[in-house]
Amino acid sequence: MVARADFEYDDGADGAAVRFTGRLTLARLGDVPARLDELGPIATIDLSAIERIDTVGAWIVTRTVNEHGAKVIGASPEAHRLLEALREDKSEYAVHRDRRSPIERMLEQVGTATLAIWHELLGIVGFFGAMIIALGIQIRARRRLRWNAVVTRFQAVGVDALPIIGLMSFLIGIVIAQQGAVQLEQFGLEVFTINLVGRASLRELGLLMTAIMVAGRSGSAFAAQIGTMKLTEEVDAMRTIGVSPMEAIVLPRVAASTITMPLLGFYASICAIIGGGVFCWVGLEIPPLTYVQRLREIIPMHDFYIMLIKAPVFGILIGVTGCYEGMQVRQNAEEVGRRTTSAVVAAIFLVIVLDAFFAVFFSSLGWN
Amino acid sequence: MSDEVQAEIREELAAAEAVRPETFEFAIRIRGLRNQFGDAVIHDNLDLDVRSGEILGVVGGSGTGKSVLLRSIVGLQIPAEGEIEVYGKTLDTIADEEESRDLRRRWGVMFQGGALFSTLSVAENIQVPLREYYPRLDQKLLDEIAAYKVAMVGLPPDAGPKYPAELSGGMVKRAGLARALALDPALLFLDEPTAGLDPIGAAKFDELIRGLADTMGLTVFLITHDLDTLYATCDRVAVLAEKRVIAVGTIPELLATEHPWIQEYFNGPRGRAASSCNQTQDRKS
Repeated sequence: MVARADFEYDDGADGAAVRFTGRLTLARLGDVPARLDELGPIATIDLSAIERIDTVGAWIVTRTVNEHGAKVIGASPEAHRLLEALREDKSEYAVHRDRRSPIERMLEQVGTATLAIWHELLGIVGFFGAMIIALGIQIRARRRLRWNAVVTRFQAVGVDALPIIGLMSFLIGIVIAQQGAVQLEQFGLEVFTINLVGRASLRELGLLMTAIMVAGRSGSAFAAQIGTMKLTEEVDAMRTIGVSPMEAIVLPRVAASTITMPLLGFYASICAIIGGGVFCWVGLEIPPLTYVQRLREIIPMHDFYIMLIKAPVFGILIGVTGCYEGMQVRQNAEEVGRRTTSAVVAAIFLVIVLDAFFAVFFSSLGWN
Repeated sequence: MSDEVQAEIREELAAAEAVRPETFEFAIRIRGLRNQFGDAVIHDNLDLDVRSGEILGVVGGSGTGKSVLLRSIVGLQIPAEGEIEVYGKTLDTIADEEESRDLRRRWGVMFQGGALFSTLSVAENIQVPLREYYPRLDQKLLDEIAAYKVAMVGLPPDAGPKYPAELSGGMVKRAGLARALALDPALLFLDEPTAGLDPIGAAKFDELIRGLADTMGLTVFLITHDLDTLYATCDRVAVLAEKRVIAVGTIPELLATEHPWIQEYFNGPRGRAASSCNQTQDRKS
């Protein structure tokens, strides 16, 4: 067994002496530093009896030397070399950031977060403006929109989303009908379930659920794709070649989501209505023919127009938010994840806020 | 101090006896190593010895499996065949978790991209191995150790609290080196330490490695593409080609061999430039 680090303390006539023994290394340090700290002034440190020393051992010696103004004797060439390497003053080398009080930090966090939201909103608006300008330039220069890119995105955003959006809307239609029927039955008015399903689906829920799904599927994909392109400097490469990233990356994506949204929204509404119809047929014994006839009587045309007006706006919003967050990626891969998350959160939040505005606006137009 | 803690320390010390680097002539011995991915054979019947206390440079063309070799030695890649001994121990036959931890604290690895933990500051990165192996070190000593390690690898005084994302490429490499050196290992693995650095930064890094190896008595296993690094730091060079180590020796020894790849490597335009530059420096000093 090799001796662990230890020391002998000798309170001699010309000041106290510490004589280290054993191996002065990290693995065998044990409680030596703690015991050293308890000692009074030390005049000399004797290293002649140690078996080995590493940088941690040398640091312990250096620390004691600096603290007590002790001098070192009996150092082997190896120990001497290590001590030399550590001799310079290391006190200016910082390890932690400045610590502040929790209240101060909390206030700072609230402030930073508020500013961040404000800047994010400004950024999205600014980005939207830049995109419009890019579109203007493209039109003025008579360059065609990159339809190939648009169609590719169209596939990813629209066609590939059909199964999941269809299934989701169908189930939501069933849920609305079932929950509505339970309440309306109490008044013997279960036939009004058709009104509920038909109008809610077409006017609000079909499109809203689609927007949430597209934001989650495609908004996030836009942010992640563009973010990765930023990291690999593809976007910079594009700029140096003279291709505008707005034109090549952003516009096709926003165009695709803008065109896709009304189609998907309408499709989702129909699926929800079918779901409600199935429940009415099975649960309330309303035959499909009656269901469809009743729908034609109660759904005004403007419900459909409202959906058609809202859908492209939501599409632009989701596309712009996703592309904006992707373009903001700098530095590292971690940021891609963070930006993708905020693309989804911001898009869904903004969609719901805008939807509320639309609801109030169309009601005051008298489109009830 | 309580008896319990003392008993614990005694156990820890006994465990530390298992590997004693200074008693070995060879830090690493590889015999008959075979690595393959599917049908692609990277290494076949590869032998290599790394002497204690030397800096061994490993060179080879792209795709000759330099990094794979490093990964097999440190146990990140399980070889298909063959034996790798590090300080007399074979990683894949060590069943005991304690024993393998024991071996792991004898080495430090610096990955090509630094591989710093991105959620931790530089100082915290350096403290990770220390905390893992010596959980009882107090925070003050940990901070002091982190501070002098930062100084030792030549980082500026304000680098400790910074996060990896805030560092330049050269600083990330230095911080990676500081973390690799955290436990005062006997054996240091460096994967392309100067790749991506400018010539001045690379030369400084070479100096740093040479200096640290001399001060701390390190054995270094160094993978590089950089001819200047070979001339400036390495005691011996191992050449990887044809799925094995075709030659090991000092650079003059390698130059004396007939192998076409070695001749092309050292006598190509870049090889000659590095060599002549090195000779001028030697004459000056």
